[in-house]
Amino acid sequence: MEPFERYRDVVDDYDAFLAACERGLPMAVRVNTLRATPDEVVAAFEAEGVDVERVDWHPHVLVPDTDSPGSTWPTYHGWAHGQEEVSAIPATVLDPQPGERVWDACAAPGSKTTQLSAMMNDEGTVVANDNNLGRLSALRFNTERLGVTNTVVTNQDARNFSLKPFQDEDEDDEDVAFDRVLVDAPCSCEGTIRKNPDALDNWNLGHVEQVASVQKGILRRAVQVTKPGGTIVYSTCTFAPEENEAVLDHVLAEEPVEVVDYDLPLEHVDGLTEFESDSYDPQVTNAKRVYPHHNDTGGFFTAKLEVTAE
Amino acid sequence: MSENDQLEANDGQQFDRLPETAADREVEGRATREAVLDWWDERFGVDPSVFENHSFWEKGAGKVWVFAGDLPDPTRDVEAAGITFLRTRQEHWKPTTDAAQRFGRHATKNTIVLDDAEAKRFVAGDDQDLEWDGDWGYVVPVHDVAGRQEPLGVGLYVYDELKSMVPKGRQRDV
Ligand SMILES: C[S@@+](CC[C@H](N)C(=O)[O-])C[C@H]1O[C@@H](n2cnc3c(N)ncnc32)[C@H](O)[C@@H]1O
Repeated sequence: MEPFERYRDVVDDYDAFLAACERGLPMAVRVNTLRATPDEVVAAFEAEGVDVERVDWHPHVLVPDTDSPGSTWPTYHGWAHGQEEVSAIPATVLDPQPGERVWDACAAPGSKTTQLSAMMNDEGTVVANDNNLGRLSALRFNTERLGVTNTVVTNQDARNFSLKPFQDEDEDDEDVAFDRVLVDAPCSCEGTIRKNPDALDNWNLGHVEQVASVQKGILRRAVQVTKPGGTIVYSTCTFAPEENEAVLDHVLAEEPVEVVDYDLPLEHVDGLTEFESDSYDPQVTNAKRVYPHHNDTGGFFTAKLEVTAE
Repeated sequence: MSENDQLEANDGQQFDRLPETAADREVEGRATREAVLDWWDERFGVDPSVFENHSFWEKGAGKVWVFAGDLPDPTRDVEAAGITFLRTRQEHWKPTTDAAQRFGRHATKNTIVLDDAEAKRFVAGDDQDLEWDGDWGYVVPVHDVAGRQEPLGVGLYVYDELKSMVPKGRQRDV
């Protein structure tokens, strides 16, 4: 937990934070509403003798009392998908609508892709991209099992994502721009410590800086391929401000975009305007940090952005 | 033969939308939308209107995908469009497990109701002896989950035996 020392002064209750990070995390599932209602999923688990708890902030997130939700009927039938509670935040904030064009820039293994599609009632198009082909096969397995038919899967570096595959001969980039984009960025994963106790083993500041530069490139490209007025959600499962507020600060300076406020019915704190010797654009206070001790979950960072006209 | 002389060969690297009918066909041996809808209707009694908002695409010889979104025709440089749906270009067309689970709720024939033990055997990938007096061929076994008759995937019913077609990666010990 040594890397967390640098957050001693920014986390509201540092001791509670550390204590929460030491605890394991119960398995959660998300209901695939394309196939079943939360009540049906609860009934199916209970029929197998598995008790289910509901979380109060999201009607589709359930915590079944079993170590192997994978070998139950609700999972086999694609009624439920194993997904951490906080992982349901970004798609919920992005709020995609049926019929829209959505880009999931860093999509594998597809937990959020399939959530986006379900929110869109499987109507419209979700382009699910990842630069890692092996992880994309896990994503394909999930879209197939959950019966999601509105996804297109691409294997590109999101930093210079090409829209060519989606264009007819007489179309250009603007014709196929997206209504909404999710950037669930690769990150140093500090917030997954409760799930992966070795998440910090290879932590070093050099890696944080390196991944931050990738994040900036991906978020900039996201702004460029989103329609004016369109919405972007930027999320990570890490605490490092270099990968969160600093990325927003950079993109705010470079691209026509604003960081906007949103409702999050989970305990959280605002994005930081200062860390160590750095300060960030005041808009980043609209971003939200969820710490493990707040709601007894993993850690998470989520910002909502709106693309302005150039 | 003579008709096929003007037809192109299938390009396994790109997604091509299925032609509406045989008259629109430009690629040799390609299934048509009409034939695909007829097949689901005839074999499983799935009404064609179920697929109203879906298009069908071929990538890889005979592999037909079902897709709800928007793409140019043909599409190159994408890994997937929707989900795999039906294996064509062979004597007996075969639906995928995922397609059967996605669309099997609309099936009105050639479904076989399994009890809990039979359903578990089926998803473990085991074949089983079973009395059933329907049409031999591909079937959609269903079982009761929380009050729904839920499709388990695809089976092959021949000689009083139900063979499980659940692929290795989807088999489970429930
Ligand atoms: C946090 S994970 C995404 C999790 C996923 N959104 C989900 O909910 O299942 C980040 C992903 O970004 C991918 N990635 C890393 N660098 C990338 C890049 N330059 N372009 C596209 N994807 C990238 C990684 O392969 C990884 O799958």
